[in-house]
Amino acid sequence: MNTEILGIIVMFVITVLLAIPLGKYIAKVYGGEKTLLDPIFNPIERIFYKVSRINPQTEMNWKQQMVAMVSINMIWFLLGMLILMTQGSLPLNPDNNPSMSADLAFNTVISFVVNCNLQHYSGETGLSYLGQYWLMFLQFVSAGIGMAAAVLVFRAFRDRTASTLGNFYNYFVKSCTRILLPLSLVVAIILAFEGTPMTFEGKDTITTLQGDTVAVSRGPAAAFVAIKHIGTNGGGFYGANSVHPFENPSYLSNMVEMVAQMIIPIAMIFALGIFIKRRKLSWMIFGVMTIGFLLLVIPNIMMETKGNPALAAMGVDNSLGAMEGKEVRFGAPASGFWSIVTTVISTGSINSMHDSTMPLSGMNELLAMMINAFYGGCGVGILNFFIFIILAVFISGLMVGRTPEFLGKKVEAREMKIAMIIALLHPFLILVGTALAAALPQYTAATLNNPGFHGFSEMLYEYTSSAANNGSGFEGLGDNSIWWNVSTGFVLILSRFLPIIGPVAIAGLLAEKKFIPEGDGTLKTDTATFGLMVFAVIAIVAALSFFPALALGPIAEYFSLY
Amino acid sequence: MKKHILPAIKLTIIMILFFTVIYPLAVWGMAQFSSNAGKGKIIEHNGKKYYSNIGQAFTADKYFWSRPSAVNYNAAGSGASNKGPSNEEYLSQVQARIDTFLVHNPGIKKSEIPVDLITASGSGLDPNFSIQAAKVQVKRIATIRGIEEQKINQLIEDNAERPLLGIFGPQKINVLKLNIALDKLASR
Repeated sequence: MNTEILGIIVMFVITVLLAIPLGKYIAKVYGGEKTLLDPIFNPIERIFYKVSRINPQTEMNWKQQMVAMVSINMIWFLLGMLILMTQGSLPLNPDNNPSMSADLAFNTVISFVVNCNLQHYSGETGLSYLGQYWLMFLQFVSAGIGMAAAVLVFRAFRDRTASTLGNFYNYFVKSCTRILLPLSLVVAIILAFEGTPMTFEGKDTITTLQGDTVAVSRGPAAAFVAIKHIGTNGGGFYGANSVHPFENPSYLSNMVEMVAQMIIPIAMIFALGIFIKRRKLSWMIFGVMTIGFLLLVIPNIMMETKGNPALAAMGVDNSLGAMEGKEVRFGAPASGFWSIVTTVISTGSINSMHDSTMPLSGMNELLAMMINAFYGGCGVGILNFFIFIILAVFISGLMVGRTPEFLGKKVEAREMKIAMIIALLHPFLILVGTALAAALPQYTAATLNNPGFHGFSEMLYEYTSSAANNGSGFEGLGDNSIWWNVSTGFVLILSRFLPIIGPVAIAGLLAEKKFIPEGDGTLKTDTATFGLMVFAVIAIVAALSFFPALALGPIAEYFSLY
Repeated sequence: MKKHILPAIKLTIIMILFFTVIYPLAVWGMAQFSSNAGKGKIIEHNGKKYYSNIGQAFTADKYFWSRPSAVNYNAAGSGASNKGPSNEEYLSQVQARIDTFLVHNPGIKKSEIPVDLITASGSGLDPNFSIQAAKVQVKRIATIRGIEEQKINQLIEDNAERPLLGIFGPQKINVLKLNIALDKLASR
């Protein structure tokens, strides 16, 4: 078999094989059971709680949990604005990079607080090492917030009837220390040995073999790049992200970064089944997500391998595939694979430039973010999927003429309203944002890097990436302008916190309800039939809301090219 | 909300200490054992040092040309063209690269030019090109340097990097290493 395809298959299989034991470990951590790492982290966490005077045993209901979450995020936002707008005169700035403007700092801080990592700056020139490390802090804690929110939903289905869902700080801190940190440490060390820099020295100047003088940006990147993937953040240390030969030096580092970004989202699915003692449910969710993922990723690998027909028509040897914006050490197939992994999961790091991928590859990248529930980001992926489950339960309930129930809890009008609002918020933000950008060419037309249909796709991609908290881009877009910084900034906030609060609220409401034991007439939610139902709901919601926009962008470009 | 603010501030401070000071120092400590102590892998040649992972611009006819770059191989930054596949301006740019290549490489057919030599990489710093990208330039270099083609082909053979463990990923060549080897061959 072709070595490039074999590399892809092995990457995926290794991820799933590692995710199953990791899922068990995660379930133990959140369940408060003994684990191997207790002797290290118990004392560390005790210091955390002593300093902050937080009692991690205090039970909280879902509203208290959400207030705690919003409060701490506000602090991170304010502190972040302060740091990024003054970094030019703070220490750890060997390259003398300037402080950020207010609108750019607004966009950047929000983007990292919400785990999106949309970057309207370039790391080499836009941040000091202090600024980079503040963002790295946010990469840890924003992933921890997502995972903690997911555990709140898990808790709602573990206990039969409960008014509280555990302690928010407990889940949040454990996510950061016991899950994100050890994994990041392993990945960072592998990357450092593969050639990713880990130095606090600034730019180096060299004379090339041919005699040109160039500068080479370095920096403490290995630690940063590790959590960027483990926490599904995706914000690069360098401008070119994981395309940069320092950020992703080899095929091995590429495999490691790929496994790193997929492993927690998949492990969370298995952790859910173990935590609530319904392992078959995990397999149903994993099955639906994997089918959706394969339907998007296989065409992309094929289209990128086949290459650009317009270049083939010029008569050159096109056998390497679509190499514009791609690196030779990864090749077209592995780049096509990454382009979907990073968009189904909300990582948004890239190992090739999405702006230069084939038209329908670009469409699949967009669809992956529009659906945003196949694996999904750290913790939040499973929350998005939970919304689709609730919708499918309700529709199935109507079809068989019974009160809809999920895991022994009645799903009623209030929960359905929340689920509908959250499901519709995503297309609303994307389509309204894009429509405004298209209707106001005085702010946006000059920022486009490509004419025609592809230019429209660039705008659509920017809002889709923001609303999915993804962070990748059709990077040709000149996005460091007040229009893009502010408009995507607001999309980012709304599309992060509402899709967390919504599912947690539903979970909190369901947890308070009486537990109804399963009977003959109960809708089984851990079967293939129900999986198909969820898949249909996802397909209909995504296809109906987004098809017209996709037809104007990538689909129209496809017909102009082929 | 008020009663969450103060604990949240204190928790943030202690976590900053842990995740942005202790964690990176641990990684930095380990990186001291990697090649060049975590400052990027280097190659030394004739008393000068180069970063082996950072591609360089090679435009002279006596060297193997590297891939086109949107940032002209200036590693103070990084970036790509970000041109869409159907962009007319982009397509005429590619056509111009093909024409230039044919002018500098007489006797080469268009169908022998691999696509990586006429497309810009994603980082603008791609250190590699394909085996075919090296082979298609042999005739030109042999003529200019007055070295037998067979020797240069052997050089390509020696510098070709196999897939990871022989089974994962593409084959490639590090352009800088190949050109250094070429200089060594010529000075011998």
